[in-house]
Amino acid sequence: MERIALLSPVCSPRLQNYPLYIRSVPTENELKFHYTVHTSLDVVDEKISAMGKALVDQRELYLGLLYPTEDYKVYGYVTNSKVKFVMVVDSSNTALRDNEIRSMFRKLHNSYTDIMCNPFYNPGDCIHSRAFDNMVTSMMMQYVK
Amino acid sequence: MTRVEMADEALFLLLHNEMVAGLHRAAEQGEAENGRCITKLENMGFRVGQGLIERFTKDTARFKDELDIMKFICKDFWTTVFKKQIDNLRTNHQGIYVLQDNKFRLLTQMSAGKQYLEHAPKYLAFTCGLIRGGLSNLGIKSIVTAEVSVMPACKFQVMIQKM
Repeated sequence: MERIALLSPVCSPRLQNYPLYIRSVPTENELKFHYTVHTSLDVVDEKISAMGKALVDQRELYLGLLYPTEDYKVYGYVTNSKVKFVMVVDSSNTALRDNEIRSMFRKLHNSYTDIMCNPFYNPGDCIHSRAFDNMVTSMMMQYVK
Repeated sequence: MTRVEMADEALFLLLHNEMVAGLHRAAEQGEAENGRCITKLENMGFRVGQGLIERFTKDTARFKDELDIMKFICKDFWTTVFKKQIDNLRTNHQGIYVLQDNKFRLLTQMSAGKQYLEHAPKYLAFTCGLIRGGLSNLGIKSIVTAEVSVMPACKFQVMIQKM
């Protein structure tokens, strides 16, 4: 199977870790990726708590590669407001290097910020924003062929 | 760091004044008690604070600890919203922080002294909410209260609630 990118900002300020948004292409076998995303959250937590004590230059929001599996690479990003973004991509996809992943996370984060500033959105609710949907779709189409 | 500029300072001040006045006017007609208005303003501030902090911390490095966050609120956050920094930040290192602003922006146009002192609380509620909302979005639960003895100076006390 090819061309998988799965994204999910996952909320945790209330320490509950429930998904706010989750999306994958293609949609078959989706459950497996949900599972991967959820299991990667522990790795994210581990990375953040290790980072608290780390040096100043390592306090970046982008966490980098969380772990590789045989077929996929899992990347993580955590905002200052403790919202986690996880991306699972096909390891055979060579178009996606670290830089691309980083800029994709930036885009996601920017878009999430816009949602947070939308008065009609209640923080902590699932994301049903069309603007966010479109952004994610275009991003997936751009990088994932 | 690219700072997100607030729209216009004067507009914010006028809007805030009108918000306070509007809510109290509505309360007088509906005969609700004064405390309700304060709570309402505080809640409005809370939501705004959440949104603002999300925006302001977009490009900053991860915070080291609680104190780091408080410093951010005193410096960057305050400067962007109120055009000046907090003058004095004190803490007992056990979850209580006192932020002192000697010339608080929302009070300066009202009085410099004790005149109108009884009206001060309603002009501080929104800001209390702003701080509480900001902190809550960064994962810190808190209670924020304000205190004025001589305008336009005021103190905000932040009590962190351990989870």
